[in-house]
Amino acid sequence: MREAGWLGKLFRTDAAKGLTLVSPPMLYALVMLAAPLFTIFLFSFWTQDFLTIDRTFTLNNYREALTDPLYGELMTRSLRISLAVTVLTVVTAFPIAYFVSFHVDPSRKSLWLFLITIPFWTSYLIRVFLWRVILAYDGPVNGSLIALGVIDEPLSWILYNANAVVITLAHAYAPFAILPIFVSLEKIDRSLLEAARDLGENKIMTFLRITLPLAIPGVLAAILIVFIPTIGDYVTPRLVGGSGGTMIANMIQTQFMRLNNAPMGATLAVLAMVMVASVSFVLILVTRRWTRGPK
Amino acid sequence: MNAQTKAGQAPIIRLQDVHKYYGDYHALRGISAEIGQGEFFSLLGPSGCGKTTLLRAIAGFEDISSGAILLSGQNMEGVPPNKRPTNMVFQSYAIFPHLSVAENVGFGLRKSGLDRAAKARAVGEALEMVGLSGFRSRAAHALSGGQRQRVALARALILKPKVLLLDEPLSALDKKMREIMQVELIKLQREVGITFILVTHDQEEALVMSDRIAVMFEGEIAQLDEPERLYRRPNSKRVAEFIGVMNFLEASAQQTGEKITLEVAGLGKAEITPEQCPAGAVSGACSVGLRPETLSILFEGEQSKARLAEGVVDEVVYYGDMTYYDIRLDGASAPVRISMRNVISRPVLEVGARAQVTWDPRAMVLFN
Amino acid sequence: MKLSGLRIYAIVYLVFLYAPIILLPLFAFNDGTIIAFPLQGFTTRWFTDLAATEALIEATGNSLFIAVTVAILATCLGLFAARAGARYTFPAKSGILGFIMLPLVLPEIIVAVSLLVVMLQAGLSTGLWSIIAGHVLICTPFAVAILQGSFANMDRSLEEAAIDLGETPISTFRLVTLPLVTPGIIASLLICFTISLDEFIIAFFLSGNEPTLPVYLWGQLRFPARLPIVMALGTILVALSVILLILAEYVRKRGLKRAGLKDTGGFV
Repeated sequence: MREAGWLGKLFRTDAAKGLTLVSPPMLYALVMLAAPLFTIFLFSFWTQDFLTIDRTFTLNNYREALTDPLYGELMTRSLRISLAVTVLTVVTAFPIAYFVSFHVDPSRKSLWLFLITIPFWTSYLIRVFLWRVILAYDGPVNGSLIALGVIDEPLSWILYNANAVVITLAHAYAPFAILPIFVSLEKIDRSLLEAARDLGENKIMTFLRITLPLAIPGVLAAILIVFIPTIGDYVTPRLVGGSGGTMIANMIQTQFMRLNNAPMGATLAVLAMVMVASVSFVLILVTRRWTRGPK
Repeated sequence: MNAQTKAGQAPIIRLQDVHKYYGDYHALRGISAEIGQGEFFSLLGPSGCGKTTLLRAIAGFEDISSGAILLSGQNMEGVPPNKRPTNMVFQSYAIFPHLSVAENVGFGLRKSGLDRAAKARAVGEALEMVGLSGFRSRAAHALSGGQRQRVALARALILKPKVLLLDEPLSALDKKMREIMQVELIKLQREVGITFILVTHDQEEALVMSDRIAVMFEGEIAQLDEPERLYRRPNSKRVAEFIGVMNFLEASAQQTGEKITLEVAGLGKAEITPEQCPAGAVSGACSVGLRPETLSILFEGEQSKARLAEGVVDEVVYYGDMTYYDIRLDGASAPVRISMRNVISRPVLEVGARAQVTWDPRAMVLFN
Repeated sequence: MKLSGLRIYAIVYLVFLYAPIILLPLFAFNDGTIIAFPLQGFTTRWFTDLAATEALIEATGNSLFIAVTVAILATCLGLFAARAGARYTFPAKSGILGFIMLPLVLPEIIVAVSLLVVMLQAGLSTGLWSIIAGHVLICTPFAVAILQGSFANMDRSLEEAAIDLGETPISTFRLVTLPLVTPGIIASLLICFTISLDEFIIAFFLSGNEPTLPVYLWGQLRFPARLPIVMALGTILVALSVILLILAEYVRKRGLKRAGLKDTGGFV
């Protein structure tokens, strides 16, 4: 074997070519994501005095975050809201995913999916603001309920609190939940269902014994896809949450922008990430039984 | 190991002890062969035997770990596929979906320096050669499987390669289409006169089309021979079973000089020559191979001067033009399959009936 | 079309999904300064007011510049990653690709905050390019996902056939790969453009003195008098997004038809 050929061969290998090709996005992610995340991590161990950063290592931020009831309350509220949103969104998403998968002509499926996802592609900010309009004291919801005679006075508990946050987020993240469930349902071999019927099962039991278990991977994906971003949402709690509906992201922003306490903000960010990661981990473990098998 | 190349000319492809490793997996284990100019050569074997790997190595899409591949005497080490005098017809045909038939066929002419008129002429000739003259402006995705294959052939042949490589070209077609294309490929090869190397797992296909076949198992060439010799004198049980159907009977052999005497279960004594032992000299316990068509059933009223054996009908399978009988011979453990042409006057035996079987020692092949 | 319970549910659900958006044109053309029912007549004055607001025009310009740049950069990075993923095996492949896709599952505030911190530490000033950097980070995973689909749909042996017929790897890319991947590229450009245009949080943290459209919008929300103009602006933005999306879907469908492939249901 010629020596120059050996090196040339190395550079011509599949692996070398692949790595070269993937290096631009990989390096970009390393610089723009890994480095900043690492910096945030570092920041959580420092302190800030007005505009100067004191780099002495300290665990004070964590101590404060974990002991001060203010932060604990905020974390648990964020968790509660996020879980409520997840449950509401996924439960309401399943029937429509099922509808499009099983009850819609294959030639029209992409049309339905398209219709479902269009709202998602419009400005999130505007959509949240519109919910504030809808749920307002003098807004259309109250207006129509009064006009229909269901209530006499406008409802005050539908805006500027956690309920409003849940409703708004459920609306915003609906497509995120529908799509993975849909994909999962599409993958189910229809002849499995026919086999179950052939063996004597009725429609409901077939659904419970065959369809639902096989759709679990999609449901799990939907749960994660809704849960993870909603915990860190900023805009919705800020616009419709009032004082009782703020979430962790609002506090992080406050620390950074108003209180000039970047380290504390960083600490909260790290803790939020840890919380998200551990809940996701638990969720995945719990549903492992149903997600094993062909993907 | 190697039969002589066709016509005694210098071989166009020489494979010298070719090895290929995928990590730890030894895909090609010392392949050596010579393929002649103008030969229709097949690589035949089950899935995973390395035949496609070898084909792709000849084309240049796979590097080899050691050994050499020589095309027209030149070592192809380091020569990329686009610079080799070979062209390939891919298993999926790889017709460019965004181009028309004419654009597909003329694709490789881009760098040829021909002007537009010359290119158009060449494309026209290539299309005519494969029988697709009216299809110039047809869109690629509007073609049937058989039409796609012809476009792939035209596209490769228009570049006048020295060797045409075909990767299981007929496996995607239905049975009728396959039979038609088999004949067409033979005609095409004769017309064009270049070397064809075909990879297939279908032994019928290989037998029909090839001048010579290399049977491969697990990265090695088990036997390289003309189809007729491969069928009549397989050099191992495995090759014998892979090509067609072979009956095996237990026997014991004794060799004295040029004579080999056998005692065959179910048939009796027989004398064979060394030519009937392609696996080499054998003595003691061994297996005798007999193809179904070399045994015959003697029906009532018929007479024969051949050796006779007796047995019971185990199974009858009717096949249209043939009937296959499984006969359990007296004294043999496993039944033998016999194929009989369905002649009008011939009766069909029933399961359980006794039958007389004629056999000829000259049809025997001896294995270990 | 039978009206099963499921179908009724589906229709109600769609109404729920579209309800807020329907309000936009309703109040954008409403001749009243309060965003509440009952409606008070038709007018287009809010739209004309829009055109006259300079800060708005500037913010729009910023947003467009950012969105176009982001679309191009993210699609390029996505092309590299998608092709590497579809055609090659290399060590730590799933780890690397997973990391590139990570921004999809990170809450945006984390991304925004980390970028801000790094900017401050590095002494860089926030502004248009820092927003571009942040948007490229979150758009690249979308580009990768769309383009991976494009590459997967393409028969691998097409490229080998081109090489076998005499082309170089580069000319193969130009003559065979690119034409077949172009629908995916266009879809990626359109989608990354749309995401960047609408993105708020990262822009909010990193815009400094050069606000984007959503950031400008945010600033207007606290002024009740400005709300009708906000509605008008919102209507335009939504209409634009919808048109871009329909375009992207049309391109995708045409691309499939040209390649003779079946429709598997969109960007899912």
